[in-house]
Amino acid sequence: MIRLFKVKEKQREAAENNNGRAPVKKQSPGELRLNKDISELNLPQTTKISFPNGKDELMNFEVSIRPDEGYYRSGKFEFTFQVSPTYPHEAPKVKCKTKVYHPNIDLEGNVCLNILREDWKPVLNINTVIYGLNYLFTHPNHEDPLNHEAAAVLRDNPKTFEANVRRAMSGGYVGNNTFSRCIY
Amino acid sequence: MANPDFESNARWRDLDKLLLRPGNLVNENFEPGPQLRSDLQEYARVLVVGAGGLGCELLKDFALSGFRNLEVIDMDRIEVTNLNRQFLFRLQDVGRPKAEVAAQRVMERVSGVNIVPHFCRIEDKEVEFYNDFNIIALGLDSIEARSYINAVACSFLEYDSEDNPIQETMKPMVDGGTEGFKGHARVIMPGVTPCFECTIWLFPPQVKFPLCTLAETPRTAAHCIEYAHLIKWDEVNSGKAFDADDPEHMQWIYSEATKRAELFGIPGVTYSLTQGVVKNIIPAIASTNAIISAACALEALKLATGCSKTLSNYLTYNGLEGLHTKVTEFFKDKDCLVCGPGVLLELDTSITLQKFIELVEEHPKLLLAKASVTHRGKNLYMQAPPVLEEMTRSNLNLPLYDLMDKTPKDVIHITGMVSKNDKKTSCLRKLRVVFKGVDVVTEMDTAGGA
Repeated sequence: MIRLFKVKEKQREAAENNNGRAPVKKQSPGELRLNKDISELNLPQTTKISFPNGKDELMNFEVSIRPDEGYYRSGKFEFTFQVSPTYPHEAPKVKCKTKVYHPNIDLEGNVCLNILREDWKPVLNINTVIYGLNYLFTHPNHEDPLNHEAAAVLRDNPKTFEANVRRAMSGGYVGNNTFSRCIY
Repeated sequence: MANPDFESNARWRDLDKLLLRPGNLVNENFEPGPQLRSDLQEYARVLVVGAGGLGCELLKDFALSGFRNLEVIDMDRIEVTNLNRQFLFRLQDVGRPKAEVAAQRVMERVSGVNIVPHFCRIEDKEVEFYNDFNIIALGLDSIEARSYINAVACSFLEYDSEDNPIQETMKPMVDGGTEGFKGHARVIMPGVTPCFECTIWLFPPQVKFPLCTLAETPRTAAHCIEYAHLIKWDEVNSGKAFDADDPEHMQWIYSEATKRAELFGIPGVTYSLTQGVVKNIIPAIASTNAIISAACALEALKLATGCSKTLSNYLTYNGLEGLHTKVTEFFKDKDCLVCGPGVLLELDTSITLQKFIELVEEHPKLLLAKASVTHRGKNLYMQAPPVLEEMTRSNLNLPLYDLMDKTPKDVIHITGMVSKNDKKTSCLRKLRVVFKGVDVVTEMDTAGGA
């Protein structure tokens, strides 16, 4: 039980002592866990990470991937990561900022990667997601399409698909869609 | 303070049966007698977080159980769909703040009770606001809000030098939750029973459909709705944020989902299903709320008076087929970042961050190599990635005491690698740092900060 009187006195004391105390910045358990993920990042050669809001605001960050093999070799693709305070209960929200001709990424930047949605588990981490994104560029998959035109081309005619990817990355048209140059 | 009009014993007959008589199952400090009821009425201060389905029930239950000093906090306004179960609200209240109407209605009906409403977000209140209550009762529907209140309540907890929780600093919580015919009630006594974060794994992951299924092979009405919500909205309304509380937005989703369902020959898209899928709503059942709140109010009464031992510590209820209810005793995580004591370290004010990282590596309770250090959201040193390591490297030669803004004692968090049986695992630990020879008389807050 609570000893009501004692509690009452204690609170009065606390209130009096309270003046001059530094304001408390609340750090959610999600932020602590994210800090841990970030401090243990072991990025592949292809990947760079940046923190536009400085070293103390890690919940929103950017990742750029420059694949060194496969259809997307030498392209540069920028992703934004948004991490919620309930991380890792909830997966990070990942969007592709670079418009890309890809069967598993649509033209709005939505990414179809199983571990970002239906297969997310709290034991996964930011590193796993980054490796997953890299895998999408080395192994685009026509069976889980988000851009179904691109998926059909990849399935039926890989040579045309390769040419389309090259054209898109050089800043050209594929079908009715125009892409910005992302080979540097 | 006695007012014969409502102090008549008849009114408190049932409460007095619990408070006036000794028993075998009472708390060890229980002292039965009339003083207990008046102490309860005068001193016990309870905060009800949430004035929705559970909150309405909780306020009524507390008021009728002898509590008189109540406050309620809720950021929402009353909607017409609340009226079937949030029984304190009437049709003409639609649009008014839930907390204010709930407080007013209970005060009208139960004489002697005083309820202070707070129409705001829980994060808008100073942390100290929450310290003013003896018990915090949670009637919430989100993990995020529970996690926040839990962290605040645990931040008042202090430990002595033997890592035992100090009783006067414990802020007990009773937490209720319902989903359709299922519900839970639990007692959280920080430092004694598991806190919300110790058992966060109890929550099942949310069902999320693969984006490609939505885009390519929808099979259910929910797939069509999520397609409109997650893919079509951005395609058409580029850059405009979707607001689930805006009826126009919801109508748009509904009509797009209907088109999609027709295209694939899928039946079952309705406006209310659209709301349900987009806002992740499971229909609420009034009786579940009533049962769970009653359990919570009873636990609060036990905590305040000691008239019985409390629930130990997690009750589940399922009324889907017949009735199944059971109590499970969960154990707290001794290394919990939120409610655990953390490892106590006494340091000299002169120790540099570099030396501190070395000390952590050799400390027998830690043995944590390659530590990254965080203090109240400030990253003092990050081992990786290189861009952050560079930004924080210059801190290594500075005294930790200065980096912590000369706070005499506080919590910091470290992450790093621990070797166990030749296997390296990463871990995140909480530390209680106390600087030697610095006056700490006026410092109260230690255990929290998470």
